[in-house]
Amino acid sequence: MSLRADTPAPPAARIRRFSRAERWVHRTTAALMGVCVATAAVLYIPQLAVLVGRRALVVRVHECAGLALPVPVLLGLASRAFRADLRFLNRFGPHDKVWLRAALRRDRRRQVRPAGKFNAGQKIYAAWIAGATLVMLGTGLLMWFTHLAPLVWRTSATFVHDWLALTIAVVLAGHIGMALGDPEAREGLRTGTVSQEWAKRQHPLWRTRQRP
Amino acid sequence: MNPEPPEERDGTPVGRRVFLGTLGLGALGVLAAPTLQRALEGVAGKDPTGLTGLLPNGGGFRYYSVAASVPDKNATDYRLTVGGLVDRPRAYTLAELRALPQTRLVKDVQCVTGWRVPGTPFEGVRLADLLDAAGVRRGAKAIRFTCFDGTYSESLTLDQARRPDVLVALRMQNKDIGHDHGGPVRLYVAPMYFYKSAKWLSGIAVTDRVEPGYWENLGYDVDAWVGRSNGRTDEPTS
Repeated sequence: MSLRADTPAPPAARIRRFSRAERWVHRTTAALMGVCVATAAVLYIPQLAVLVGRRALVVRVHECAGLALPVPVLLGLASRAFRADLRFLNRFGPHDKVWLRAALRRDRRRQVRPAGKFNAGQKIYAAWIAGATLVMLGTGLLMWFTHLAPLVWRTSATFVHDWLALTIAVVLAGHIGMALGDPEAREGLRTGTVSQEWAKRQHPLWRTRQRP
Repeated sequence: MNPEPPEERDGTPVGRRVFLGTLGLGALGVLAAPTLQRALEGVAGKDPTGLTGLLPNGGGFRYYSVAASVPDKNATDYRLTVGGLVDRPRAYTLAELRALPQTRLVKDVQCVTGWRVPGTPFEGVRLADLLDAAGVRRGAKAIRFTCFDGTYSESLTLDQARRPDVLVALRMQNKDIGHDHGGPVRLYVAPMYFYKSAKWLSGIAVTDRVEPGYWENLGYDVDAWVGRSNGRTDEPTS
């Protein structure tokens, strides 16, 4: 029936990496982050501001997207698989130190990059971007509802919001760049499954038990 | 049954520490921001390359427009109308405005969002001169400014409008005001936050009460003195 019937992949070759709920958390978070970044670019970059105008509308879209940004993750907490992955992201084992040291040396050999379900870089990225998002939310709210706090705080909040925005842009570009360089990692987030070979190569310490 | 290697589940909670550390740094950043910002403005003020202007809060003007697009106006089609509660309403061309006595002011520009541009020259006609020429009637209390972007508006009380540091500006930074900066003619209200200095000025109407302008309807102060409004404590500009 299927066109692929000629080259059937053995079922054991695919490993479940992300559940449907996890994929939707990532997708919606990415979309909201994209809206935040795009609207921020229009607000910050003079050339884009000249092109788009409509400042009050752009600000409103930015505010709404920013406010909604943590929602997918919070909803995701209802998923057992998502909570389990958060635990993996949180906990660092001895192999993560080995991975980080190799990353600092720019050593790409596979044997010095041991990783469980997530490598040390992914773990640090996840924790940092979560913290940074909440800092952006907090400083954003101070800029938005100026009567919430002592009023001098608004300038300070703007300062932190601006500089952290620049930092997030750089880190996010790294995150997307690495995803672009690894089609199978992207497939994992798109379809939920990855090949056994990829898992063994990229995440040798990841003990998988679920099969699709 | 334990399908994961122990270190995957039970290792050090570094993730949580990074997460909380980032939050802590953010809070610390808010506390240290005034100091950091002053230091940064010091550097930006001495930067000959202008590269720091690309950084957040690095100095320089930012383009803000509330309209979707703004038409270009030039010497042939630009008109500034002066009307409302006046005896002699009229429209000025750009050439007529240029022919009037010009005043030059060099002061800092302070935006309500935090950026400040030091020592910016503005040149133009004193608003007080235009009001005197039009003959303000008794009972007039305020001015309403409208703009040819079709959206923006501003207001001043009559007393504020008559200050010598309020100009209908034709030149900024020693050149004719370009379109992006609100040219060919913009308002310049030196002692107030820069949103009072309406870009693309096309109408001056004398009114019997203050009608709040565009941003003021969105929560900003009507009397926008730098350092004494909008909850800010910036150094006064004029």
